[in-house]
Amino acid sequence: MTNLLVAPVLVPFATAVAALFAWQRPAAQQAISLAGAGVQLALAVALLAAVDAAGILVLQLGAWPAPFGISFVADRFGAIMVLLGALMTFAVVIYAGPSVDRGRTAFGLHPLLHWMSMGVSGAFLTGDLFNLYVWFEVLLMSSFVLMALGGTQRQLEGAIKYVTLNLISSALFLAAVGILYGTVGTLNMADLAVRLPAIGQPGLVTALAMLFLVAFGIKAAIFPLFAWLPASYHVPPIAVSALFAGLLTKVGVYALIRVFTLLFVHDLAFTHGLLAWISGLTMVTGVLGAAIQTDLRRILSFHIVSQIGYMLMGLALFTPLALAGSVFYVMHHIVVKTNLFLIGGIVRRVGGDYALARLGSQWRLRAWLGLLFLVPALSLAGIPPFSGFWAKLVLVRSGLEIGSFALVATSLAVSLLTLFSMTKIWAEAFWKEAPDGAAAPPLGRHEIVSMVGPCVSLAALTVAIGLFAGPALGLATRAAAQLADPAQYVGTVLGARP
Amino acid sequence: MEAIWAVVVGVLYACGLYLMLRRSLVKVILGLVLLGHAANLLIFTVGSLTRGEPPIVHPDAAALVAPYADPVPQALILTAIVIGFGVQAFAIVLFRRAHQHVGVDDLDEMRSTES
Repeated sequence: MTNLLVAPVLVPFATAVAALFAWQRPAAQQAISLAGAGVQLALAVALLAAVDAAGILVLQLGAWPAPFGISFVADRFGAIMVLLGALMTFAVVIYAGPSVDRGRTAFGLHPLLHWMSMGVSGAFLTGDLFNLYVWFEVLLMSSFVLMALGGTQRQLEGAIKYVTLNLISSALFLAAVGILYGTVGTLNMADLAVRLPAIGQPGLVTALAMLFLVAFGIKAAIFPLFAWLPASYHVPPIAVSALFAGLLTKVGVYALIRVFTLLFVHDLAFTHGLLAWISGLTMVTGVLGAAIQTDLRRILSFHIVSQIGYMLMGLALFTPLALAGSVFYVMHHIVVKTNLFLIGGIVRRVGGDYALARLGSQWRLRAWLGLLFLVPALSLAGIPPFSGFWAKLVLVRSGLEIGSFALVATSLAVSLLTLFSMTKIWAEAFWKEAPDGAAAPPLGRHEIVSMVGPCVSLAALTVAIGLFAGPALGLATRAAAQLADPAQYVGTVLGARP
Repeated sequence: MEAIWAVVVGVLYACGLYLMLRRSLVKVILGLVLLGHAANLLIFTVGSLTRGEPPIVHPDAAALVAPYADPVPQALILTAIVIGFGVQAFAIVLFRRAHQHVGVDDLDEMRSTES
């Protein structure tokens, strides 16, 4: 049963290797990739079901007992993230078929997507900090190549910024891991949670917490470390951007939530107080950055930054309800954000451009596309009955419960500005009359199935999470209960010790 | 011994960060490499330095007797060196391709993605 834990890592790896054997045969790669992504999705569903029933699953690799070997741990939060990662990879693999050009597909797009998926799943499942560093490098390396694949000047320039900032972050992460090992003598997260309070040096532990905050903060694109994101996320093909937007910053958020619920909880007033400030400032700067942009992808990129603030808000408030809000927000956000990028790709396909000034008339020409855009857009802004409304409601309520009125007010104001941003896209791309330009050819049948299909499915999922918020919120609440009670995690991981 | 290494690590960090703040692509790469070396030496140093005490159980003893060198930091460093080598090799190729496209060795000229 616990061997299921390594499946989300092994399946993408096997898929990527199999796809390599079909080098320069895009159709065969696409088929292998789709099959692998489907298996991955089914296994991720099975893993979440098993974890939700059992609580926490642990696999000690090589049967080395807990603090000595590398543990793979799936709690509910990790399993939810693995499932969302598999779902987004599946959607993007389908979407990439007609939307990514033949050259990029022939030169390894699909193997790289799966290697990235492997790194993402590994990061969500590992119970060892150094192993987390290794998974970060796996997913970063794949994302570096995905960003530069194609080799246009814009891609290369974007990739330079992305690569440099992420390497700085990795160097900081490595240094923090090294100091932590020198101080505590272990890197198993459960063992660290036991031993960190016992070393009696709260100042040093706080300094380490800040190193991890900066290292993960660069990857999660928090204020003031987010500048690389809007400078690079819009350069690769939209299918790749969509997967980056949905998953990569969320790996940073996941790591932040993990270390700041499990390890660094000794000085909540300072660390989580700081997180509250960062959360508010991230929301505000992200949404203001989006307000002045006029390129569809850049608007959406800045909104990623803004939304990261909401996910940190629950972590900063640090009550069980607030953590449930964060988990629910991450679930909702990954689906909605990936979908918005994918729909942006359809708008580009039928409108011919990403620049809002050169788009228009889409509502008159294709009302279905407008409706398809409205579902994730309104959800992002937090309009009922979509998923974003419930996510924000939980966060706002938990903020009011502990009297954090400034942060709640900020989050509500930012929601309003998000709505403004979405209406800007609506007014420009859909409502206004299009400037004269060559009409793009109509969507072919293959494009309708493979590009519109995933968007409709993800939009349906957004509506479903909104209408049946009870079960989804129940899952998030159970996941948050585990995060709020590290003893369960520690007991399950170390309990296997003979 | 630790004090000397602490200074070495500090100087490496300082040089690496200084080089990364320059506009030249070549210097950014060199800065990245130095930053990686600094992190590796940092792990080496904080893992406590032990001379001539290999972590091997003596034939007469049942378990390791302190003091002995901790084998984990060098395993961490070895992994980090391998990863760092791959990433730096990729970065060098990427920077070279960008230089071929843009034609200058100056980060300030690479602004086409920011507006």
